[in-house]
Amino acid sequence: MAIAIRKFDAVIVGAGGAGMRAALQLAEAGFRVAVLSKVFPTRSHTVAAQGGIGAALGNMGEDSWLWHMYDTIKGSDYLGDQDAIEFLCRMAPQAVIELEHFGMPFDRNDNGTVYQRPFGGHSQNFGERPVQRSCCAADRTGHAMLHTLYQRNVRANTHFFVEWMALDLVRAADGQVLGVTALEMETGEVYLLHARATLFATGGAGRIFAASTNAFINTGDGLGMAARAGIPLEDMEFWQFHPTGVAGAGVLITEGVRGEGGYLLNKNGERFMERYAPTMKDLASRDVVSRAMATEIKEGRGCGPEADHVLLKLDHLGVEVVEKRLPGIREIAKKFANVDPVKEPIPVVPTVHYQMGGIPTNYHGEVVAPRAGDLEAVVPGFYAAGECACASVHGANRLGTNSLTDLLVFGRASGEHMVQFLRENPGHRELPADAAEYTRARLDRLENQRDGENVYQVAADMRRTMQAHCGVFRFPDLLATGVTRIREISERAARTEIKDHSKVFNTARVEALELDNLIEVARATMDSAEAREESRGAHDREDFPKRDDVNWLKHTLWFKDGDRLEYKPVHLKPLTAATFEPKVRTY
Amino acid sequence: MHFRIYRYDPEKDAQPRMQDYRVDLDPSDRMLLDALVRIKSLDDSLTLRRSCREGVCGSDAMNINGKNGLACITRLSDLKEPVEIRPLPGLPVIRDLVVDMSQFFKQYHSVRPYLINDEPPPEKERLQTPQEREELDGLYECILCACCSTACPSFWWNPDKFVGPAGLLQAYRFLADSRDLATNARLDNLEDPYRLFRCHSIMNCVDVCPKGLNPTKAIGNIKDLMVRRTV
Ligand SMILES: Cc1cc2nc3c(=O)[nH]c(=O)nc-3n(C[C@H](O)[C@H](O)[C@H](O)COP(=O)(O)OP(=O)(O)OC[C@H]3O[C@@H](n4cnc5c(N)ncnc54)[C@H](O)[C@@H]3O)c2cc1C
Ligand code: SF4
Ligand code: SF4
Ligand code: FES
Repeated sequence: MAIAIRKFDAVIVGAGGAGMRAALQLAEAGFRVAVLSKVFPTRSHTVAAQGGIGAALGNMGEDSWLWHMYDTIKGSDYLGDQDAIEFLCRMAPQAVIELEHFGMPFDRNDNGTVYQRPFGGHSQNFGERPVQRSCCAADRTGHAMLHTLYQRNVRANTHFFVEWMALDLVRAADGQVLGVTALEMETGEVYLLHARATLFATGGAGRIFAASTNAFINTGDGLGMAARAGIPLEDMEFWQFHPTGVAGAGVLITEGVRGEGGYLLNKNGERFMERYAPTMKDLASRDVVSRAMATEIKEGRGCGPEADHVLLKLDHLGVEVVEKRLPGIREIAKKFANVDPVKEPIPVVPTVHYQMGGIPTNYHGEVVAPRAGDLEAVVPGFYAAGECACASVHGANRLGTNSLTDLLVFGRASGEHMVQFLRENPGHRELPADAAEYTRARLDRLENQRDGENVYQVAADMRRTMQAHCGVFRFPDLLATGVTRIREISERAARTEIKDHSKVFNTARVEALELDNLIEVARATMDSAEAREESRGAHDREDFPKRDDVNWLKHTLWFKDGDRLEYKPVHLKPLTAATFEPKVRTY
Repeated sequence: MHFRIYRYDPEKDAQPRMQDYRVDLDPSDRMLLDALVRIKSLDDSLTLRRSCREGVCGSDAMNINGKNGLACITRLSDLKEPVEIRPLPGLPVIRDLVVDMSQFFKQYHSVRPYLINDEPPPEKERLQTPQEREELDGLYECILCACCSTACPSFWWNPDKFVGPAGLLQAYRFLADSRDLATNARLDNLEDPYRLFRCHSIMNCVDVCPKGLNPTKAIGNIKDLMVRRTV
């Protein structure tokens, strides 16, 4: 197989919100940038985001970035890096205004400003009462945002490589990143894209679990590629279970429903969140609400014949509010839950939704990894942004609306930093002679495998194992056996076989290659979860029910090589604000 | 359940063919996409696009028992057997249910689908009343699935010249935006015997849109704007 080489100033892998925001920075600065995506850009999973973008615009009442910062740090259960969080919250209003200028169809107030709705964990004056901070376009915010960013990129003449799948990272002997290898799906050709700067914006990997709000394409490719190239993955034990996935279907019902006044009921018709979170009630942080729901179900107060879900009530909001603010939810509930929410409640369960961990970066989007005693040495030429990255602004639990903000703020920041890097580092470095060897060997292995494992069975076994062994509540014995099982499954994943050998749009090959990435993420998750002996944010251990700041106020780093774990300190010092010291977390 | 699916791999097949699949479905397979994914797990050569599985990304548009729609929000219980599945009509087939959408996107791009406003932006958001914003409802929700354009006879005959319902809906989305200042240039861009005026209001597009949008009405509104500016 011949692997042709193509040269660009920069390569961006991923055309979701983060990738496209970064691409604008580079295209508008006049650089030759290739933006790769497995799907047409507007089909990226950012399109599914519903509830909104968090930014302290203060359109609905007093607000400040410092309150947003406090909420985010508290939401993160103090594992978030406070410098990156300050950056996020200070830049958020500007990022939203910019998006409005690009043409985003935000909902409006009577005075013409952007409408904002309440959302979980967002408060006024350091936790006193809920605040309206989520900027939204009905319950189709991600759709509106992704299309707006695509449209702006059309204007900027950004060069998209649609239905191209990046396969592996290319690094020089000293570690600098020199681009990626990639598969053009329509033709089956493989290329090496040689770049001076490379950004990963490949989104999440929620498909390692059986029940997930994530799209089929969310297979953690960026994480797999980074891990195979020797870069650690940070805080992978922290997975957000969204409280309201449609029971049995996994499709998301936005927290915006509760923001607009909906609430949860158990089988006795009790509004149980009042017991768990007296102040914020149904708008407490997601980890808190999901645990409360799981507890209700566990203790026999679940609804339905199997007592396996709870109910989300919103009929009291009235048809008008639902049609105006939550039209997409009504569509989803009718299609996937067979209920019309203006009349009946929606059956919901906590469902895997978001990966807080990822490729470690600083707040410029530069990837950082341990080298020669420096735990956070910059990997030259390599950037990551969006859900695949860990800056870390979400720590142990992300607040709703903070991911879209993250895409805009860190998409822009990494693009900006890449522009600067490209200006300071003209000229491509020479590629190592064996630059494409690793990819070639992987593809040859897959092509020639006989009597191998079925991709779908291995993937299904992985998802079932993750679901059963690494859920909302985590038990020591299940974690320990989970580690072993996932390791066994990963050995099977190394022997996958495909029957389809056509070169043309071979999705069997694509899915086999995606499994290679999923399995790295699953391993990182199991290993990191088993090792962390405390409960913090989304990571809840039956045997260690308390947060342990003395021993565990630190980030996990998982290395593929030998499944090794290392740890690094949390950045407790913000850029300008005073440190928010870890406190007991109540809502 | 019995499916009859259009198959074509240019590496192997001289001609497209229909292949029958009889599969045992699981009670959890409720949508057509669930069934197709199950079939693919048994025959990995079956080729289709899919991603969100909830009707928002626009990947899995196909022709289902003669009508364009999204597999992921088409209930199996609503389908007559054998369920006949073909690629979207009128576009070149790459393989099986995967069509080449270049022409469709080219037409979308041709309407300059982005906000044009060269005035220096204010420090805060550009203001827009809720009523002005409401003008965009029924327009901005388009997921570019191409169900409409590939059901439109005018688009089949002139895919290179007629913008088609999806592109025109987006053209109107920007014409209708109180923040956009390029109304005249946008209308000039469409003032052409083909680009806009090939629409004969057959309404196929409205009939198939999975998001319940109404391109015919948007096209009518563009025509009205044209008339209004000449008087
Ligand atoms: C249903 C749902 C609702 C949500 N609602 C909200 C909300 O209201 N507010 C909020 O803040 N957050 C929300 N989130 C979270 C948020 O939407 C996501 O975290 C965010 O959109 C991820 O964006 P991204 O740009 O990082 O990645 P994505 O949008 O997932 O894009 C990833 C991109 O990478 C590409 N890609 C991946 N692998 C490869 C490869 N190997 N080669 C080439 N390209 C590749 C894909 O094609 C795609 O273009 C929601 C999430 C879900 C699932
Ligand atoms: S109404 Fe116009 S655009 Fe719609 S299908 Fe008919 S001819 Fe095509
Ligand atoms: S108008 Fe409807 S059918 Fe046409 S592309 Fe948009 S969503 Fe699809
Ligand atoms: S898979 Fe996204 S619309 Fe059907």
